[in-house]
Amino acid sequence: MKRVFPILAVLTAGLLSYALYEALVAAPTEQTMGDVQRIFYYHVPSAWTAFILFFVNFFASIAYLIWRNTKADMVALVTAEVGVIFCTVVLVTGPIWARPVWGIWWTWDLRLTLTLVLWLIYVSYLVLRRFSSSGQTPLLAAVLAVFGALDVPLVYFSIWFFRTQHPQPVVGGGGSIDPRMLHVLLINWLAFSCFAALVCWSRYRLEALRREVDETLALEALLDPSQAKTSRSRSAG
Amino acid sequence: MNTIASLTRATLAKDLRLEWRSKDAINSMLFFSLLVVVIFSFSFDPTAEESRQIAGGLVWVAFLFAAVVALNQTWAREMRNQVLDAYRVSPAPPNALFLAKVLGNFIFVTVLQALMTPLFIVFYNLRALGPAYQLPIVAALGTWALVVNGTFFAAMSLRTRSREIMLPLLLFPISIPALLAMVEATGAILTGEFSAKFWIVLLAAYDVVFTIASLFLFGFVLQAE
Amino acid sequence: MPPAVVVTDLVKQFGRFAALRGVSCDFAPSRLYAVLGDNGAGKTTLLRAMAGLTPPTQGSISMLGTTDLRSVCGQVGYMAHPSLLYDEMSGMENLRYFARLYDVNTKDQRCADAIRAVKLDPSLTRPVGQYSQGMRQRMSLARALLNDPKILLLDEPFSNIDMRSAREMVSLLTGLRDAGKTIIVVTHQASLLEGAADEFVWMEAGQIVSRTPDLAARMEAR
Repeated sequence: MKRVFPILAVLTAGLLSYALYEALVAAPTEQTMGDVQRIFYYHVPSAWTAFILFFVNFFASIAYLIWRNTKADMVALVTAEVGVIFCTVVLVTGPIWARPVWGIWWTWDLRLTLTLVLWLIYVSYLVLRRFSSSGQTPLLAAVLAVFGALDVPLVYFSIWFFRTQHPQPVVGGGGSIDPRMLHVLLINWLAFSCFAALVCWSRYRLEALRREVDETLALEALLDPSQAKTSRSRSAG
Repeated sequence: MNTIASLTRATLAKDLRLEWRSKDAINSMLFFSLLVVVIFSFSFDPTAEESRQIAGGLVWVAFLFAAVVALNQTWAREMRNQVLDAYRVSPAPPNALFLAKVLGNFIFVTVLQALMTPLFIVFYNLRALGPAYQLPIVAALGTWALVVNGTFFAAMSLRTRSREIMLPLLLFPISIPALLAMVEATGAILTGEFSAKFWIVLLAAYDVVFTIASLFLFGFVLQAE
Repeated sequence: MPPAVVVTDLVKQFGRFAALRGVSCDFAPSRLYAVLGDNGAGKTTLLRAMAGLTPPTQGSISMLGTTDLRSVCGQVGYMAHPSLLYDEMSGMENLRYFARLYDVNTKDQRCADAIRAVKLDPSLTRPVGQYSQGMRQRMSLARALLNDPKILLLDEPFSNIDMRSAREMVSLLTGLRDAGKTIIVVTHQASLLEGAADEFVWMEAGQIVSRTPDLAARMEAR
């Protein structure tokens, strides 16, 4: 496993560079929007990557609820954190794109709004993880993740119907896409996915190490009676 | 007969009796709701036509604030003297406790709405141009949506720091589809411009999904230390 | 007779703090146990674990023959330092409600009996919040007795009670013990249970250090 990581890192670096070149230089310039449209190659793949990460988080949370597996909890934590980052990219690139093209900073279109709500839900997830006492954190977080996942289809339908009632410009354009642009889009998505996998993996290893340290300290406290009397982080006994 | 239904009834009756005796929560909530309506009226002072458009949003935001105040004290009595432990060590099913709390909150928030709505009608000269009979349906479904998740998250917040801010922090994002539905449905009914049917169905679906999810998962949350 | 409660290698950690560090013991029916030790020894944590309020980090607890504590919790009575009562209701109202939780039949009779057993007046309409500390604690004990449990877990039942009431409580407990119940009392006031308790369990730093039939034996050992 140890050798795969550097290989993946190099591969990702290569892919990202290639994807950058494709997006900014090689891809054809869009007809109406001009070069600003190139932000599309960051906006859309980030959204897809974030959605996939949250999907994984949902399954990891269910796995935790059923089997109380700490690895599942770590996967849930990692995918939530990285997912929020990619969501942030979507939410930042959206207005940057919308402003020059349509003259407005924000549009309540389906993708952007769905991303905003997911971002809110998962930020609240991360806040819950930070604010709850460590024994209960995995359980409460997993429960919240399930609630969030159940919410997603409802969010989707509510926004979809809202937009049919109050039409707004669509960031990212609807309809067909030039095959060359699709090619660049997919390259970027692949690069982003590899990057997400890399970051998740690093974060997972970091979290695993941190927990190992905690467990060792806990075991020490267990075996050493003098520590039990002095180190009191919570009231008990 | 120790069924969930009878236990829920007994717990709800106890909560209502206690609230009636002390009246501390309901009094402060009533006054708070009144304040909210007045402040909103100062902040948004549109003509009659515009008011119908935005009334849906205004009213539900006001209800949301009032609901959060009610929800934050859901478990207050059980936390005093650690009464919740007494519940946990008993064989009573956790869902009975949960349902009783949700119903209690539903009643409180509905009472608040009953007070705030006439004030809104007066301050904004509201009149429903669409089918007014749908308004109580929207109110009931919307209130249930807020209250079922709110009671659940209030229980989750018991195990966290900054309890009072944790509840709205968890509740608001998850409630977004329901809030959108409530606001749009109310707007639709008041302006009569389009049908609220889709939103009512969405609210009903939301209520079903999250009531089931809460009943399923409440046991875990209650037994969390 | 099989033991009523069996604790095996119980470990409980709160983060880096180990409240219980491998506790093993069993408790027989028709016995009164006193669990003693300094603050932080793990007494309350042990009791809470037996009550099912704190899941163990490691080890197991078996009650009345099963490790599924939830299935037998109707036969366990628990009393803690907070009163576990609603301050705004009277004693009888409190007990009537908690009787519902335990599905106790002939509720009113049982509630009144429990209140009388702790030497309080069932007809008192004053809310529990206005009771004196001692009265509140006795009412809390009444609540623990409501479901006629086979196992009683009491955490500091004698604190804040005057000598005479404490002695009455002790004789109540010995009576219950003679009726076949297992009574486990965590207390700082060991002298109250001298002559009444069948065994004294001494805890220190999350472990049981000795079990003696009376106080004197431990005093000598020190």
